[in-house]
Amino acid sequence: MTLDKLLVVAAALFCCGLYTVMTRRNAVAVLMGVELILNAANINFVAFSHFLSRVMGGQIFAVFVIVLAAAEAAVALAIFLRMFATTGTVEVDAADELKG
Amino acid sequence: MIRYAYIIPLLPLASFFINIAVGKRLPRKGDWLSLATILAGLVMSIGIFLEVFRAYDPNFKYHVVAPWLTVGDRFVLNVGILVDNVTAVMLLVVTGVSTLVHLFSIGYMHGDPRYNRFFAYLSIFSFSMLGLVLAESFFFIYVFWELVGLSSYLLIGFWFEKKSAADACKKAFIANRVGDFGFLIGTLIIFATCGGVLGYDQVFQAIGEGKLSGTLLTIAGIGIFCGAIGKSAQFPLHVWLPDAMEGPTPVSALIHAATMVAAGVYLVGRVYPIFTPDAFLFIAYIGFITLFIAATIALTQNDIKKVLAYSTISQLGFMIMGLGVGGFTAGLAHLTTHAAFKACLFLGSGSVIHAVHSQDLREMGALRKKMPITFVTFLIATLAIAGVPGFSGFFSKDMILAAALEFGMKNPQHYILFFGALFTAGMTAFYMFRLVIMAFFGEAKDHHKYDHAHESPPNMWVPLVVLAILSFSFWFKSPFVEKGWFQALIAKPATVANVAKAPAAPASMEHAAVLTADASHGSASAEGGGHAAVPAAHGEPAAVATHAEAGDHDAHIAHTAHSYAMYSSVAVGTLGIFLAFVVYSFGWIDPARVANSVKPLYNFLLNKWYFDELYDKTVIGGSIAFAKFLAWFDLHVVDGLVNLAAQLGVFVSFLVGKFDDYVVDGAVNGLASATIGGGSILRRLQTGKLYHYVFVLAGGALVIFLIKAF
Amino acid sequence: MNGPGDFIFYAAAALTVGAAVLVAVLPNIIYAAIALLFAFAGVAGLYVFLSADFLAATQVLVYVGGILILILFAVFLSNRISDVKISNPGRFRLPAAAICLVLFGVLSYVAVSTPFAVKTPVYHPTTADLGELLMTRYLLPFEVASVLLLAALIGAAFLSRPDRGTPEKDDMQEGKG
Repeated sequence: MTLDKLLVVAAALFCCGLYTVMTRRNAVAVLMGVELILNAANINFVAFSHFLSRVMGGQIFAVFVIVLAAAEAAVALAIFLRMFATTGTVEVDAADELKG
Repeated sequence: MIRYAYIIPLLPLASFFINIAVGKRLPRKGDWLSLATILAGLVMSIGIFLEVFRAYDPNFKYHVVAPWLTVGDRFVLNVGILVDNVTAVMLLVVTGVSTLVHLFSIGYMHGDPRYNRFFAYLSIFSFSMLGLVLAESFFFIYVFWELVGLSSYLLIGFWFEKKSAADACKKAFIANRVGDFGFLIGTLIIFATCGGVLGYDQVFQAIGEGKLSGTLLTIAGIGIFCGAIGKSAQFPLHVWLPDAMEGPTPVSALIHAATMVAAGVYLVGRVYPIFTPDAFLFIAYIGFITLFIAATIALTQNDIKKVLAYSTISQLGFMIMGLGVGGFTAGLAHLTTHAAFKACLFLGSGSVIHAVHSQDLREMGALRKKMPITFVTFLIATLAIAGVPGFSGFFSKDMILAAALEFGMKNPQHYILFFGALFTAGMTAFYMFRLVIMAFFGEAKDHHKYDHAHESPPNMWVPLVVLAILSFSFWFKSPFVEKGWFQALIAKPATVANVAKAPAAPASMEHAAVLTADASHGSASAEGGGHAAVPAAHGEPAAVATHAEAGDHDAHIAHTAHSYAMYSSVAVGTLGIFLAFVVYSFGWIDPARVANSVKPLYNFLLNKWYFDELYDKTVIGGSIAFAKFLAWFDLHVVDGLVNLAAQLGVFVSFLVGKFDDYVVDGAVNGLASATIGGGSILRRLQTGKLYHYVFVLAGGALVIFLIKAF
Repeated sequence: MNGPGDFIFYAAAALTVGAAVLVAVLPNIIYAAIALLFAFAGVAGLYVFLSADFLAATQVLVYVGGILILILFAVFLSNRISDVKISNPGRFRLPAAAICLVLFGVLSYVAVSTPFAVKTPVYHPTTADLGELLMTRYLLPFEVASVLLLAALIGAAFLSRPDRGTPEKDDMQEGKG
């Protein structure tokens, strides 16, 4: 277990999350992809914190990321539910009111 | 007295201004003022003449000059007076005749509504004529020349309410102007070539030095002579003088008998030295043609003033021809004598017209019983003009004929001048006596007019008497001497037209003179051209050898000519008078039958050789046609161009408008539509779909990474 | 592999990555959510390997116990149950896959080839340290995070309020007209 392996894992996770965001039609699935990305970032933080310095900054940051992810998920899901209530669907394709 | 000669013209000038301004309010309308000034001028002229006579010097000259206008250092205009023998005589003539005419006018113009104006005009005319006589430069003579023309315009058109009078004064002025154009050209040639000087002395000196010679000098001479053609009513500009009879008779006497028309002759005499032999020939022939044409016309006229008018033109022709053939003294003598007897004739005719209220000879007759003084003076003047010995006219006309004969003897190809002049002298005697017989002799044709006729008042016959007395020849030459004072004092000036004093070799005098002149100047002029070398060389030594002989030969020819001329002129004069009596008094030949038998010729002469009609068709018609053409040109071409320019402007602005509409607005609109087009294309990037954005975001980031990494 | 530690590490890593891949690929969203659960679990396991014991626990508690449940709730609430086939076929999978693969390649390359200044890791319990740091050095972020949570709470609550006058609701008050 070395740093670079962990970073590779994180990268893989990131790319999966990105793929999910880009490809999925359902908004909740997109949220799942976002969670994956956040987790990938967290792994990076903690890995660097563990291997590069004795400071706990990385882990603190990771804690906060988790907190924020939670809050964000809550709000996002509230939005999705509102959207479902208004338009009857949570497909991202439907949310193109801002198209040019 | 000569020192004060300049005052003589200034007095009438003052009278003019006063009469014009306040004449109406003066007592007697100011005629005495005019008379007084001209009388003072006469007195001073007599004084000057006596001074000159006392000097008895043919080369007498009093010349004062002062610079008046200076233009840098290139041109100086001088003002001054020149008094020599000719001037003294002319002063007498002008002031004398003018005084008598003033006197006559007091009676003749009595009651005219513009009485004061008449005397003002007489004064300005006197001023102009006297100034002309006293001028010492080409510039001033031209100035006064024009003033004389203006004065004559005013005087001829005095009764301008009559259309014929208004037309006549315009005709006179315009004919004069045509001649003056030539005068101006001649003056300008002289001015240009003689170094910018205009005084007589300066010009003569410059020409003598050779600054102006050959053909150009001839042209300059002819140009100056053109002024004389206009002013002295020579062919072809003689047409104004008969029409000028529309003016009052005193005007005719003053201007058209004695003074103004004499100005041309005076001019030729004044600038005599500059004429080349070719110019003299031109002058002589113009004079000859004039005297002949005018005399033939005078034969047929029935208006008393017209007969006198044509007689004047004919006599002026005599003077001019006399000057042209080398008779300087002869020409000027005739000028002087003609002034006296012609003025007498005109004033006499005025007296007759005043009495009979008609100008037509066919309504007169037997007036000698009713108007004795007029008759006697008229007769004396007629005898003078006919050239009867003992009268002044004989003296001067005889000199002219002698000069013409002398010229003919030296240049046989020009004999016609003598014979023609001789014949015309006969004609002169004939038509003048025809006039006298028709008016004063025979039966009264119109009894009503005859009954009313009476002798004129003294202020009209006194001038007649004075002038008649002056028409005798003893004033000019005592019968006991070969040459009188006139011939002694008025001598031909030396010519400056030739540099080498070419002697009078017979048969080719003038030709050799021109050639030597050209040879000495070294210029190849048109006349001498290729022949210059040989005859000049031949002429010079031959000339030197025969110089002494030539002088005697000349005098012999002159004497012979004089004798022959005298006898022949007396002969033709007598013949003419006799013929006149035959036709009109004795009745042996009926003039009407003669006229009928040569009807076309008679009509031709009666209608003045149709000169007026000819001029009307050609010159006047041509001018009007040209004016019409110019009007057309202005209307169509010039206006057309202006309109075209305007159209062009409109068209250009139309184009600019279109340009603005399509190109400029098009660019702006195009820009807008391009923006809109671009926008509508680019807006498709904004799909509103999240995954698209993420995709692009990821792609972009990847690109940056790749670039940075490698 | 050096010892069982590495093996477990690789297993946890494989679990995590595999689950992530499944999340991305599975068309059925319920299955994707379950896969996500395993992905979270795998990440927690990795945390343990990184001496982040508190973090691992928090991960499981918050992510699996909280967020995942929320996601499942949202899935169920936002889909018609009757529509069993809750499929999610995506579009342009190929370009997305291409980008993701390339990106993965780049990131891996960077990770492997960069010479990090690695220090020997020390394993120790982190809870006490974390707690102390939160109260001292990272107090401000802590407080801000609590404010943020409050905002999120209020926001979420507001957004989830039932509409008045929405035609889909049955209990419309007929009294008001």
